[in-house]
Amino acid sequence: MSRLAVKLPGLDLKNPIMPASGCFGFGREFANLYDLSQLGAIMIKATTREARFGNPTPRVAETASGMLNAIGLQNPGLEKVLTEELPFLEQFDVPIIANVAGSQMEDYIEVAEVISRAPNVRAVELNISCPNVKEGGIAFGTDPDTAKALTEAVKAVSAVPVYVKLSPNVTDIVQIAEAVEAGGADGLTMINTLLGMRLDHKTGKPILANRTGGLSGPAVKPVALRMVYEVRKRTVLPIIGMGGISAPEDVIDFLSAGADAVAVGTANFINPFICPELIQNLPGKLDELGAESVSDLTGRSHLYELTDHRA
Amino acid sequence: MIRKELMTVVRQREIAYRIFELTARGSIVGDMEPGQFVHIRPADSFEPLLRRPISIAAIEPEKKEFTMLYRTEGRGTEVLAEKKSGDALDVLGPLGNGFPVHEAKRKALLVGGGIGVPPLYELARQLSTLGVETVHVLGFDSADSVFYESEFSAIGKTYVATVDGTRGTAGFVTHVLEGIPDDFDTYYSCGPAPMLKAVEQLYPGKTGYLSYEQRMGCGIGACFACVCKSNDARDYVKVCSDGPVFPAGVVAG
Repeated sequence: MSRLAVKLPGLDLKNPIMPASGCFGFGREFANLYDLSQLGAIMIKATTREARFGNPTPRVAETASGMLNAIGLQNPGLEKVLTEELPFLEQFDVPIIANVAGSQMEDYIEVAEVISRAPNVRAVELNISCPNVKEGGIAFGTDPDTAKALTEAVKAVSAVPVYVKLSPNVTDIVQIAEAVEAGGADGLTMINTLLGMRLDHKTGKPILANRTGGLSGPAVKPVALRMVYEVRKRTVLPIIGMGGISAPEDVIDFLSAGADAVAVGTANFINPFICPELIQNLPGKLDELGAESVSDLTGRSHLYELTDHRA
Repeated sequence: MIRKELMTVVRQREIAYRIFELTARGSIVGDMEPGQFVHIRPADSFEPLLRRPISIAAIEPEKKEFTMLYRTEGRGTEVLAEKKSGDALDVLGPLGNGFPVHEAKRKALLVGGGIGVPPLYELARQLSTLGVETVHVLGFDSADSVFYESEFSAIGKTYVATVDGTRGTAGFVTHVLEGIPDDFDTYYSCGPAPMLKAVEQLYPGKTGYLSYEQRMGCGIGACFACVCKSNDARDYVKVCSDGPVFPAGVVAG
């Protein structure tokens, strides 16, 4: 087995690097730039039962070391994803993780049942954490009982392992992680974006037409890292970590905190070649750290037991 | 072919109020067409984080140099304005679809508003080389923000309008357009959406191409930040990768 390879439920990853959902479309734009077979996996853009246009523009706003987005789950709908987008991706030797979203539990169940049977879909990522839609989305990810029930329902119909994408917009993310684990989740992906705002200084008007949006990019990395670290302590589920990854050092940090693999989001917008660059630079980073393989680093931060000296 | 290259700044100067002209050298110049844009990373840091889309104003393939004009509007362009000769410039491009230069037959009308004027310059040069007569109507805020008037005048008849009337015709480009003959076969326009709409409505029977400005994220069609509703069979179009140039009538709104 290659030193970069990682084996997770449903996923034989050549390496631990994959583009995060919503930051890579359905791969077409990036397929013009490099061979997508290099990637560990691809998390495709959230798919809903019906096509969605998404929110009005402006939909993005830059912030200090980050960006806000309120795209609103724009996608062509389940039928077109099945007949046009997933078949396009079949030419590449790369597992697809299908991000599934909806307004009601029935939507999630229907989309997951169908999309999990597409030939190149090796895992489903339950999007219970989108902050930019009126109904559904984050509502399923902030209440442990709802999150558990949805996980159970989707697990019952999915033909492939189910990963649940957690929202950071909760008081205790561990509680949600434990709930979806009890619901039968095969893995966790974390974190989705943090709710935020940006205002026009002169008028006070929110820049985003949706008023609020999800914060991503380097600004959120410390929060994401802390959450992966906390969740790792309390669950044995595999974790695909994400939040502001743009350099090999960031990948190492997430692995150290307890992630088994990582996803790259906003950085794809700044450097569309970031994923292959990270994959190429990772072996050198392992050498520097004296690590034989990626898994040698996973969870190593937990070796530093906290001696509780706090009041 | 979209590439990412560390180009070299050849020169940069402020040519009008907050309008900068930056020339850079690199191999991707060979792929550039008028109406396309480049996505510039102002600094190798997280602040500012995102790239800035800037239109291509002039292309010199034999020298491997291109020129872009931009207005300083915020942190990103202010950082960019500090670049000096010899500095590296992180460029992703060329991006988007440019103006179809071969559509014009005999005479073309070029209408630009503010920071929409620059991409029309390379277009005018190429049309002129192809033997197409060009008429230019350029709109600016005020006399101190007018740029490239003499450059356009060297190619063809050029009219300037300023909102405050301090140079040329007082008012918008449409005030000029209403007073000049419509004996052109094709028009090309770039500027704010309301201006493009006004130009489109003035010439319903003509072949026209409009280049849109829109807030962008990735610049390559992946982030869905710059979508617009469409009047054709598509549900929507992305300004960055389906445009920024569209045939008149395609973009709704």
